[in-house]
Amino acid sequence: MLDMPPMNPPQEDERRDFQRLREKLAGQQGPAYWRSLGELADTEEFREFVAKEFPRQAAPLENGLDRRDFLKLLGASMALAGLSACARPPLPHEKIVPYVRGPAEVVPGKPLFYATAVTYGGFAEGVLAESHQGRPTKLEGNPDHPASRGATGATTQAEVLALYDPDRSTTVMEGDQERTWDDFVAALGAAVGGLADGQGLAVLTENVTSPTLAAQLQQVLAAVPGASWYQWDPLHPDNEVAGARLAFGADVRPVYDLTRADVVVSLGADFLDRGPGRLAHARDFAQRRRALRADADMNRLYQLESSPSPTGVLADHRVPLRPSEIAAAAAVLAARLGVDAPAAEAPAGLSAALLDAMVADLQGAQGAAVVIAGAEQPPVVHALAAAMNAALGAVGTTVTYVANPAARPAVHVEEIAALTAAMRDGAVGALLVLGANPVYTAPADLGFADALARVPFSAHVGLYRDETALACTWHVPQTHFLETWGDARAYDGTVTITQPLILPFYGGKSHHEVLAALLGDPAATAYDVVRGYWQGRVSGDFEAFWRESVYRGVVAGTAEPPAAVTPAGSVAGPLPQGSDLEVVLTHDHGVLDGRLANNGWMQELPRPISKLTWDNAALMAPRTAERLNVGTGDVVTLTVDGRSVDVPVLVQPGQADGAVTVALGYGRTAGGSVANGVGVDAYPLLATATGHTAPVQVATTGRRYRLVTTQEHHALEGTGEARHIVRSGTLAQFRAEPEHPTFAHPVAHHSEDLYPDFVYEGYKWGMVIDQTVCTGCSACVVACQAENNVPIVGKEQVWRNREMHWLRVDSYYGGSIDDPRFYAQPMPCQHCEKAPCEPVCPVGATVHDSEGLNVMVYNRCVGTRYCSNNCPYKVRRFNYLQYAELDTSATPLSLANNPDVTVRSRGVMEKCTYCTQRISRARIEAANEDRRIRDLEVVTACQAACPTQAIVFGDLNLEGSAVNEMKASPINYTLLDDLQTFPRTSYLAKVTNPNPALEGSA
Amino acid sequence: MAVAAGKRPFVETNRVIGTGQSFGTIDDTVLSPVLLDVQQTPRWWWVGFGISLAFLTMYLVSVVHLITTGIGIFGNNIPVAWAMPIVNFVWWIGIGHAGTLISAALLLFRQPWRTTINRFAEAMTIFAVVCAGLYPILHLGRPWVFYWLLPYPNTFGLFPQFRSPLDWDLFAIGTYASVSVLFWFIGLIPDLAALRDRAPTAFQRILYSVLCLGWTGSAKAWQRYQRAYLLIAALSFPLVLSVHSTIAMDFAVAQVPGWNNTIMPPYFVAGAVFAGFAMVLILAVPLRRAFGLEKLITMRHLDNAAKLMLATGMVVVYGYLIEIFIAWYSGVEFERYMIWNRLFGQHAQFFWALILCNFVAIQPLWFRRVRQSPLALFVISLIVSVGMWLERFVIIIVSLTKDFLPSSWGDYISTFWDWALYLGSFGLFSTLFFLFIRLLPSIATAETKETLHHYEHHKLDPLEEIRESYFAEVKA
Repeated sequence: MLDMPPMNPPQEDERRDFQRLREKLAGQQGPAYWRSLGELADTEEFREFVAKEFPRQAAPLENGLDRRDFLKLLGASMALAGLSACARPPLPHEKIVPYVRGPAEVVPGKPLFYATAVTYGGFAEGVLAESHQGRPTKLEGNPDHPASRGATGATTQAEVLALYDPDRSTTVMEGDQERTWDDFVAALGAAVGGLADGQGLAVLTENVTSPTLAAQLQQVLAAVPGASWYQWDPLHPDNEVAGARLAFGADVRPVYDLTRADVVVSLGADFLDRGPGRLAHARDFAQRRRALRADADMNRLYQLESSPSPTGVLADHRVPLRPSEIAAAAAVLAARLGVDAPAAEAPAGLSAALLDAMVADLQGAQGAAVVIAGAEQPPVVHALAAAMNAALGAVGTTVTYVANPAARPAVHVEEIAALTAAMRDGAVGALLVLGANPVYTAPADLGFADALARVPFSAHVGLYRDETALACTWHVPQTHFLETWGDARAYDGTVTITQPLILPFYGGKSHHEVLAALLGDPAATAYDVVRGYWQGRVSGDFEAFWRESVYRGVVAGTAEPPAAVTPAGSVAGPLPQGSDLEVVLTHDHGVLDGRLANNGWMQELPRPISKLTWDNAALMAPRTAERLNVGTGDVVTLTVDGRSVDVPVLVQPGQADGAVTVALGYGRTAGGSVANGVGVDAYPLLATATGHTAPVQVATTGRRYRLVTTQEHHALEGTGEARHIVRSGTLAQFRAEPEHPTFAHPVAHHSEDLYPDFVYEGYKWGMVIDQTVCTGCSACVVACQAENNVPIVGKEQVWRNREMHWLRVDSYYGGSIDDPRFYAQPMPCQHCEKAPCEPVCPVGATVHDSEGLNVMVYNRCVGTRYCSNNCPYKVRRFNYLQYAELDTSATPLSLANNPDVTVRSRGVMEKCTYCTQRISRARIEAANEDRRIRDLEVVTACQAACPTQAIVFGDLNLEGSAVNEMKASPINYTLLDDLQTFPRTSYLAKVTNPNPALEGSA
Repeated sequence: MAVAAGKRPFVETNRVIGTGQSFGTIDDTVLSPVLLDVQQTPRWWWVGFGISLAFLTMYLVSVVHLITTGIGIFGNNIPVAWAMPIVNFVWWIGIGHAGTLISAALLLFRQPWRTTINRFAEAMTIFAVVCAGLYPILHLGRPWVFYWLLPYPNTFGLFPQFRSPLDWDLFAIGTYASVSVLFWFIGLIPDLAALRDRAPTAFQRILYSVLCLGWTGSAKAWQRYQRAYLLIAALSFPLVLSVHSTIAMDFAVAQVPGWNNTIMPPYFVAGAVFAGFAMVLILAVPLRRAFGLEKLITMRHLDNAAKLMLATGMVVVYGYLIEIFIAWYSGVEFERYMIWNRLFGQHAQFFWALILCNFVAIQPLWFRRVRQSPLALFVISLIVSVGMWLERFVIIIVSLTKDFLPSSWGDYISTFWDWALYLGSFGLFSTLFFLFIRLLPSIATAETKETLHHYEHHKLDPLEEIRESYFAEVKA
């Protein structure tokens, strides 16, 4: 590619104008790479040449990627080629500090890890970003960070793809005109300086926990007369804030310590998978749930919820209730626990026996019980939960209340309403939107877009030129969090100083830089701003503080201390009005409020339990669907307060009868090429008064729509039970047969063989998956996708059963279809000792290695697919078409690829490798140090991501290894053991701990 | 039955060779159409050849699209990693079997009735093998490296993995194709010489001279020829059993419920002969009409082919029953569910359709009236061909849709290209067949003359005598 001459020689004058070219080079920031003088001169001929020779490169050019960005992309891909390891640090004086594992300096082929943090609803989750020669490819959890504990959620894994998204906004825009940053700064200055009387500057942010940003905002408020600051973040737990104000009259939020909780009652809370602290909850909850032996001290979870959630998968007693019924149940429960609660009747779904048992269980576990309210529940439920926790003596043990880490805790829906009103009244002369996308996400009854049209100067700073960007007069591309400095606080207040991993791709600006420009310093970098903020607040050796904090990803001692608050003795306030049909608007598990809608990994990630991909749907219980006479794929019209949307129905067992759950975040119109037109926009159903749950009218349309799931659902009853795929039992059953529980080993099986077994002298890799703690959250699936360059295939190919995920999470139901039990079973390659795939391959492309891995040799594969037919677990994935992009220069998305893993071409089979590249890395390191690989030195991508540590991998030849300890459990079993495949991946039977008092009724 | 049959006047003959045939008439009937001038080629040939070419074009377009785009143009997926291309492969290879059975097995068993139908049946075999053999290659993810299945010295230092039935397949089909071509060609030599001798134009003379390898017709040549022919026949006879058995191994060796049955090899062989005779009839009925070969391909041939079809068909039906029985008897949940799914599941209509085609539709063959009606045989044969395709569909695809883990059960939906390649393969077959009937004698004249001579100058064997007298009586 280098020095390729243009097809037509450039015009003489241009080619010879070396002085101009020199100036051009000198004027460029960062590393400049150019391939020919023609390119440098940027002649018409060269553009034509690029368009002809690299049509796919030309496409992004046409889509607004200008030549300068193209050069930067090129620079990044050259960094990949190892030509320039020093391309990474943004500027020489901005020192970022590697999270050192092994050598401190860059060794080609060896990734470095840098601590930073990703935020959801403003709350930080610490990550370690893996950087290959300056190119971030993967996010791992930061074990030192309280909100990560080493794990990540599914969405976090997808952030790397978002970084390289070619649809990201690339240029400053004024309307349809391309502008520069300088133009914007001038326009902003003029707009703010020239504000008319009675008109103020409004700054709209998402939930701000960043101390630096908060300080900057305070400066803005002080510096600009009439300035106001509003917050709108659809992911922000509004009701939690309102609930805390109701209960305590203070802005505090609960921090749970689930390691101390014997009994957990969840009031519609998906606390293991959603909301601030979810990963910490999952880790702690799992620690108290694991049952390797019969004497395990298991916690018990009562889950009241409207829609099946990953948390519900682990419930011992799950009660499907409509949102209003959950509130009523909360009030009834609170009253039983001695709280002065609003009068309510127990919902029909909550049996008296269960209620009695729950009350007895909670009261019997004084100080070791906790009640958790879900983010979507109305404030009164949060207040009731707080009162119940106080009544149960939980405060100080299982729950502590800390000052809300948000810089200015607020009920966001009130703020966005106030801002809209101000805009409509003409009180806003200039609006600066930092990151939020209110045109798409604001409650529909506000008419935000109409009000915005009345603002003379409006500027949007965001990753995408989204709906809000198009409605504003100006748009500034925002830096991805992996491109910029910043800081953020976790659910418990812990501060992380986030550091960039790579130069901004598209000349983006961070919020800090935009606010600095507003404050008159457009040249300030985020580094200067963040460092400047902390410099003034640290006593002692600042450099040591800075280095330590950035390196750790945690600023020591910033967690909020417990706040001394007591809840009001009585909880007043009306309970929400019920209805036969209630809609529940949730943030999608994958695309959240829509911010990850352009992320193919998230679109294609099968949603937990329903396994739906590439769409949202109206989830309905079978009974509700029956009553409405609709089935999966029937399009219905949902109407809330006269605003309606047409959504296809997905019949979901376990959904509360009458609850219609619709995920937000779909139906984007300006979300990017992946996001646009996928699913249905449910925001029109979101109203300020009703919030996320509201009575709804459902009408059939007679239309059909094809929803695509990765798994057809079949109840476990009948044929499934006899297959013994998911095995589960209760703790009581386990205790009755502690040595050889029948539920884990229902049939005797024989493993005699005529031939002696192969003896593994060195390593012998194996994996155990603990179904007792697997929530099915699917973080492992995306982690595997990111680690192993697993391509996405699109809705049509998923419909054809050709999804490529190496690791899938199978979901099964047990019990009745109205109140089923859920089972989540992660399914990687089983790495069978006697692998059926191996003998049938005619070219020996899949073979066993000396460490017991069933390896796939892509280069040798001719694609007969016989191996897949013969795989009883169907874990093999075939490249029916060219799914992966082989041309690394075609799209920046290729930069997200892990350089240690082959990108597969069409026509070859692929499958889980147990992350063989990670084993190799450890093997080399161990060999260099002349030792064996230590236990837990190799951590597979799925294992690393798992919030509940349900996946354990290791050396079976190493005595006392974690994996051996798990495999020694009496409930350890292998799948389809009568086929004698002897899988290396084994499962621990799912153990639940239902209340013995409810024997027979559960 | 004899009474019922006696009521019908026979317009056609039940002799192996009709009355009034001489060496000259045989040559005239068979060889003249081959030697016709291009301008004199009958219109029906041009029409048939044109349609065939159109389908062949569709085949070629499909192949180009397949190679440039990928196997994903078909409906295959996970779990149904093998689908229509493999169904079609097994179907085509099965069709070929009747040709080998007629030419080799019946020769060895000295069945004189084979002589007039063996030539086109062998041609059918070869063309069917061509159609079949291309499928597994095209069906590969990377068809351009299909030769990696061959054991050849290479710089990778790699050999095929001989435990895989797919490698056995390669050798089975390779052997089958080469032996069939050899056998066919050897059989053609005296006829090619006859064509050379009668050729009106220089071009034809040269063409057939080269092809007949300088055949002189000397006694020595005849003696050696006969010996070679018999030897090759002995070589190909086991192939009738082995080729489809090997292909059955592709399934029997795998552990997919519905595939993993020890009955598969004999069941497949019976099915192949069944399907093959159906195809022989599909070709023979129009062919004898078009070329006026009624006195050479007589009712006797049709009747015998129908009887074989009935016999092998009933073996196949036995296979269906025993599969169901064994699934129940095994007590294995997966096997039982497979049968339940096959009989009553999502794709049950395919199973019942195949029972209709392969069991119910052949029952009329118990009656001679049906066996002696070319039209009825043609229709039944078509139904059987569809039935055998459905059988492979049910075995291969329906078994794959639901195997062990319910989580990975999946459906199969065919695509336009699945059908384009399948229908296109008819074009490949019929193009070759039309070229064959135009350029080569479709009846083995030398062997037919030998049979005729036998009839006229030697005592019939007792069985044949009884037949002759029986039909004479019936006819009267």
